[in-house]
Amino acid sequence: MSEPILELRGITKNFGTEVVTEVLRGLDLRLDRGELAALMGPSGSGKSTLLNVLGLLDRPNSGELTILGQDTKSLDDAALTRLRGRALGFIFQFHHLIPGFNAWENVALPQAALAGRMMDEHQATARRMLEEVGLGDRLDHLPNQLSGGQQQRVAIARALVHHPALVLADEPTGNLDSHSADEIFELMRRFHRELQTTFLVVTHDSRLADRCDRIIELVDGRIVQDRRR
Amino acid sequence: MRYELFVALRFLRQGGAQTVLIFGGAAFGVGVIVFLTALLDGLQNNLIDRTLGSQAHVVVRAPDLTTKRPFRLGPGEKGAAVVERPAQRLQGVDEWPKVMRTVEAIPGVTATSPVANGPGFIRRGQAEKSINVFGVVPERFDRIVPITPKLIEGHFRLEGGEVVIGQVLADDLGVGLGDKIRLTGTQGVSEVFAVAGVFDLGNRQVNQRWALVSLRAAQALLQLPGGITNLDIRVEEIFEAQALADQIERRTGLKADSWMVLNNDLLVGLKGQSSSGTMISIFVVIAVALGIASVLIVSVVQKQREIGIMRATGTTAQLIQRIFLIQGAIVGGFASVLGSLLGAGLAKLFEGLAQNPNGSPTFPVSLSPGLFVTASLVAVVVGLASAWGPARRAARLDPAQAIRSV
Ligand SMILES: Nc1ncnc2c1ncn2[C@@H]1O[C@H](COP(=O)(O)OP(=O)(O)O)[C@@H](O)[C@H]1O
Ligand SMILES: [Mg+2]
Repeated sequence: MSEPILELRGITKNFGTEVVTEVLRGLDLRLDRGELAALMGPSGSGKSTLLNVLGLLDRPNSGELTILGQDTKSLDDAALTRLRGRALGFIFQFHHLIPGFNAWENVALPQAALAGRMMDEHQATARRMLEEVGLGDRLDHLPNQLSGGQQQRVAIARALVHHPALVLADEPTGNLDSHSADEIFELMRRFHRELQTTFLVVTHDSRLADRCDRIIELVDGRIVQDRRR
Repeated sequence: MRYELFVALRFLRQGGAQTVLIFGGAAFGVGVIVFLTALLDGLQNNLIDRTLGSQAHVVVRAPDLTTKRPFRLGPGEKGAAVVERPAQRLQGVDEWPKVMRTVEAIPGVTATSPVANGPGFIRRGQAEKSINVFGVVPERFDRIVPITPKLIEGHFRLEGGEVVIGQVLADDLGVGLGDKIRLTGTQGVSEVFAVAGVFDLGNRQVNQRWALVSLRAAQALLQLPGGITNLDIRVEEIFEAQALADQIERRTGLKADSWMVLNNDLLVGLKGQSSSGTMISIFVVIAVALGIASVLIVSVVQKQREIGIMRATGTTAQLIQRIFLIQGAIVGGFASVLGSLLGAGLAKLFEGLAQNPNGSPTFPVSLSPGLFVTASLVAVVVGLASAWGPARRAARLDPAQAIRSV
């Protein structure tokens, strides 16, 4: 029996107060440890909104969200932030590194924030992680001194340095040429295999989705298909 | 380095010209306050020093004999007759050694000096000058009005038949050490004294009119056998003088006036000066606070995305708030150091601009450690307070929203 990492029941999310847009219309989903799932769907179907909700960046309007067996409804902002920092990793389409901080600092920042420790205590771990993603020689480079693919590697290092149970990736390859996209995807697959990390990856690329164990399809805020292979 | 401090410093460094501007503005503000306060304090200390240089802090006298007696003018009308003591008679302090012991026992009193004081003349050859005779005990009087350090020549001991006079009087009479002069009281008693010392108290009136003789000699000249006209007092804290004077009045039943009452105009002037100085400082503080706050607000808006990413990756809202508060504190701390240096430098420069003939500055400034401590505290508190709003705003940013706004 596999271990559930994430469970949601009847999740809805609306935007707006006067004109209400229903973006997520009652979602049920369960992700188990070690799954590599692709989330597909047309633009505007609510994929990013769902990731924000799962990532505890946004609260749902209704429904239940359990992460690592912990119900999230009763948690306050600080507790949500800690759970997010401990259990989750994010990879965004536009890599979202912090511009003024170099590669190792970008990787070390979340760790230092979480542990409330000194920055340099996390430098060694950050360096090791960047070596893992093949950037051992770019530790002191600022994001704008790195290529798109390299920036996304830093983002992967940052998302995985603390060995989270679940990584949420929102179109991580959407901004890259197909060669770099393949590399980034393979890197994620490697961590998935080695660390047994659960991945939920938003992608439009069916070629990449076909390499996942599971494909979830979202249309108009509803899961219309959930295939395991 | 701690995470919050690390990020705060980096944000400030990335601020570039913006950071230079708030650091410079805040330092300049602190500098202005330090300079202004040093200048005003120096001026006030100087004025007070000068005033108290030839004055006791508290003077105890016999109560006025002047009384008002009501009497009837007619039906329903009343008048008051003023009965004055004879103008010529000096009023002595009864049982003054006992009074002196009582006063000396009061905490805050640091010195007492019995004084027999009254008008008189000096005659030498044809010259005749009206003067103010002071019968004193030199070592006691020195602690009230320091004569010894102000002597131009001679000594201040007043053994029998010696007089110490001011430098203007000595010039007027054309006398020097050892010369004989005749002092005469208003009652006509007169005696010859040898000039034992000449002082310069820096006050023309005093230098021209004071003649210091022994207590016994003055008692003879002024016809006050064994008596004194006043007990001069020095106190620990000059601004406590009036409170002590009140206390002395209550304990002795005599009349005690503090320098604060005798120089009321000066004090009113100083107060006015102090409050305008405080007003200016408050306006400067407000301007600095608004400057820091507006730069930090802009920085929060500029850093929305960074804040969103940090929030998404484990930084709590509280930490974000702390990052911006720290920036305010750093600006304040930096401003307090640089501003203190700037203000002190300006003050010293100003002090060096004008000098008295003896080389002392005309406008001495007062740079007390307390001033720097206060300025630094104010700067850090203002830094923190003005960062408060921006910090709250940064902490309230919705991370999902912040990340979307690429
Ligand atoms: N903060 C928001 N306020 C209002 N509408 C929003 C907000 N975020 C997303 N939406 C709307 O929700 C819908 C789904 O958006 P999104 O989740 O970004 O879709 P996807 O990532 O699948 O392209 C869109 O119609 C979008 O306009
Ligand atoms: Mg999207």
